[in-house]
Amino acid sequence: MLSKDDAQTILKKVLSFSTADECEATLNGSTGGNVRSARNSISTAGAAENVSLSVQARFGKRSGLATCNEFDDASLRRCVQRAEEIARLAPESPEYVPLLGPQTYLASPGSFAARTAAITPDYRAEQIGASMALCEQKKLSSAGFFNDSAGFVAKRNSKGLEAYQQRSSVDFSITVRTADGTGSGYAIANYTDLAKFDAARLTRVAADKAASSVNAKAIEPGKYTVILEPAAAVDLLNNMMNAMDARNADEGRSFLSKKGGGNKKGEKVFDERVTIFSDPTNPDVPDLTFAGDGRPQQKVTWVEKGVVKNLYTSRFWAQKSGVPDIPPPGGWIMAGGTQSTADLIKSTAKGILVTRLYYIRAVDPQTLLYTGLTRDGTFYIENGQIKFPVKNFRFNESPVIMLNNLEALGKPVRLGGNLVPPLKIRDFTFTSLSDAV
Amino acid sequence: MKRRDFVGLTGLAAGALFLPEFPSFGGTPVDPARLLEPGLDVAQKKRLADAGLNAAKAAGATYADVRIGRYLNQSIFTREKQVQNLASGESFGAGVRVLAGGTWGFAATNNVSEAGIAKAAQLAVQTAKANSKVQKEQVRLAPQKGYGEVSWKTPIQQNAFEVPIAQKVELLLAANAAALANGASFVNSSLFQINEQKYFASTDGSYIDQDVHRIWPTFSVTAIDKATGKFRSRDALSAPMGLGYEYLTPKAADQIAGAAGTGLIYYKNSYDILADAALAAKQVKQKLTAKSVVPGKYNLVLEPNHLGLTIHESIGHPLELDRVLGYEANYAGTSFATLEWKAKGLPYGSKQVNIVADKLQPGSLGAVGYDDEGVKTKRWDLIKEGKLVNYEKIRDQAHIVGQTESDGCCYADSWDSVQFQRMPNVSLQPGKAKLSVDELIKNVDKGIYIAGRGSYSIDQQRYNFQFGGQVFYAIEKGKITEMLEDVAYQANTQEFWNSCAAVCDESDYRLFGSFFDGKGQPSQVSAVSHGSATTRFNGVNVINTARKIG
Repeated sequence: MLSKDDAQTILKKVLSFSTADECEATLNGSTGGNVRSARNSISTAGAAENVSLSVQARFGKRSGLATCNEFDDASLRRCVQRAEEIARLAPESPEYVPLLGPQTYLASPGSFAARTAAITPDYRAEQIGASMALCEQKKLSSAGFFNDSAGFVAKRNSKGLEAYQQRSSVDFSITVRTADGTGSGYAIANYTDLAKFDAARLTRVAADKAASSVNAKAIEPGKYTVILEPAAAVDLLNNMMNAMDARNADEGRSFLSKKGGGNKKGEKVFDERVTIFSDPTNPDVPDLTFAGDGRPQQKVTWVEKGVVKNLYTSRFWAQKSGVPDIPPPGGWIMAGGTQSTADLIKSTAKGILVTRLYYIRAVDPQTLLYTGLTRDGTFYIENGQIKFPVKNFRFNESPVIMLNNLEALGKPVRLGGNLVPPLKIRDFTFTSLSDAV
Repeated sequence: MKRRDFVGLTGLAAGALFLPEFPSFGGTPVDPARLLEPGLDVAQKKRLADAGLNAAKAAGATYADVRIGRYLNQSIFTREKQVQNLASGESFGAGVRVLAGGTWGFAATNNVSEAGIAKAAQLAVQTAKANSKVQKEQVRLAPQKGYGEVSWKTPIQQNAFEVPIAQKVELLLAANAAALANGASFVNSSLFQINEQKYFASTDGSYIDQDVHRIWPTFSVTAIDKATGKFRSRDALSAPMGLGYEYLTPKAADQIAGAAGTGLIYYKNSYDILADAALAAKQVKQKLTAKSVVPGKYNLVLEPNHLGLTIHESIGHPLELDRVLGYEANYAGTSFATLEWKAKGLPYGSKQVNIVADKLQPGSLGAVGYDDEGVKTKRWDLIKEGKLVNYEKIRDQAHIVGQTESDGCCYADSWDSVQFQRMPNVSLQPGKAKLSVDELIKNVDKGIYIAGRGSYSIDQQRYNFQFGGQVFYAIEKGKITEMLEDVAYQANTQEFWNSCAAVCDESDYRLFGSFFDGKGQPSQVSAVSHGSATTRFNGVNVINTARKIG
């Protein structure tokens, strides 16, 4: 892990070797490892440590990139020369924009935790071992994945831009199945700081779901009130956030395109309780405060009370169309309430609790219609209580329609670098049954 | 953490020449000329590999293999009249896999020296020994004879890297121009080229040098009706192939006419990107006003560029033995086709369904001489006259199904990825009786003809699936009548394959391919082909996917 000073010293040297019109250098370092299990036994494990430099050189509107992972003067010089050679070979980019000058970035010190950076192979084996033992005791079969990473990003260019930030993350997911394969449960978590990680708690959640999902009953597909746990809601919402690009909307090929031209910025597209923003300084989901091209990541409101407030753009499109120059966010935060998933169940007369959605694929980009299936714990709710497990369903639903059929939002939890509330949705469309467990 | 967060800043930059948002095969960006420079010679590779094998044995490994890989790639992205991105990449290093204490260990290094590879070998043994302490199932390898020093090369006619970039860019821009001239609002096109130069050595006594090539030209054409705000796309009907640049020199003999009344043209071993782009633009405009399908049961007529993905998802994946056994439970999922299910002898499909796995098939993405654990490749039956007869497996799985040899299905997507079981080419055999597409359609009273790869989704045990396509046509009383839109079909794997009523003959047989099939944690990609001829399925449930927002 290079410190800010050490990283910037290397980057200054890199820039001093450049003869290009513009030059930008980025150092990216990470160290981490993973361990994978199946059938209550370790299947694979790996570790990686890497620091790499990438150099972007530009002559006029021509640009080239090169990378290296050795940092003596001769290697750095070769890397710069290679980027410049590639740039000279490149065609001119019609979408060229100059490199950014000096920027001011927010501070987000929580994006790195020393405890995460200090994880050892023994620790990984202990955690996954304890998780497997817990399942073995209950005569359940587990398959899990533990993955950690810690590192830094440093950036500097010939226009005076300078950036440095450290990051870390821990990811754990586990699928627990009954020995006869008739029940399956799942849990997933993601943190910056290892201190918050608890493999046993997550394993118990998955194990309980596995045990309680056996003998699932088939009920007719159709429109149901559903409670989507955060792990079920996150991917659909993520897909929607990934479709909030201004250029696609302006070009007429997005769910945010307007009849006759233009986009739906400023229009109410969702239920008024829907507010989605991003904030790289949020203590629960601290993130990088600069984007890959050096643009600052600020607090941005994407949807406020159901109204689309901002779309993200490339720098080229922002300049061309004269709209605010906002990069896509690293993660997003959906405002929710104070209720837990259990509270949402209590207030539900009839409905279905969904643990996880799987194999989600776009069906129609015009309406943002997606299909996919429920998995690893789907339950029927009646009079505020879980009554029995039900067979899995295939759904065909759009997050846009879903966020107009909103009944209630619960308390957001962190998943995949986002804050996601459990959602109660009416008229969620299940189109067929699946025999999969 | 999402992968893009960490790989994002340099990973994207590393792949891109202009814009950072394009997919990259990774590796170090290089001058395109570098892709034609030779790598290490075989004698050097053997010396390096032996250093790894000896170090592994000295550290206590009972088995070891060393893979020295040079992975080259180039991708070109364009839209309308401009190049968006050009990237050439090279990734070079070595991976060592060992068995110690009955447990696998793996380590990789980009220090391709005798010392570097020996160090990786020691680390792999150390990892294997550490993990063996919590290991429940000892690894058992099917016996494998050493082949000595052998080599294999994809039988290409022209290495795509030898073709000047300007010529490739011109071809893509010409395809874009053809689409725009025929009324497209937007068009994106791209060309992916891969060359894996891989050397495998094992303590069994194999030293295998292979040179593998793959190519994929593709595009997506979009039409927009500003007045209604409606937009539709039509993607290329090319297939990614295990071929050289010769795939992009169209030959009349490789063109196959689609069903009468559709105007569709399909391609076998060479592809006419200009003609397909022009046709796509015409069809995408028709899609804007095509009739929305009435949901219900239909007889489906599926052409190979569409059916390939259905074969991939509902036969290729469920017969992967690692999924069957539960090794992918946390990610890709398991399978309905368990050993117990197979023992019941239930029909997977109708008598017309004959499925072969084939790692030898010329022009296919999965064709290699030897797999990534040194097993000579072969062809074998998976489903015979509708009955499941075998799985897809590697050395440490064969004993589980009472067999004594691997099927040669082991693959790693890079020198620094551990090799594991991947799907071979899995294909539906053409019908033995002479049957053309139009003859097949003649007997369909109420049906839908579907062409091209569209939306796809299947559950984690491979029962319930839903597929879309690129273009859809109504069939009434034996004839194609009009274009349809908003079509997707939903079925259960066994019901679907048991509804297979007829398969066209060999003259209609061609390959579909999947270039980026994902599996494993951390995830790895692989490329695989699926052959078939146009096939009829009776009484399949079709849904209407049209919705209204705002």
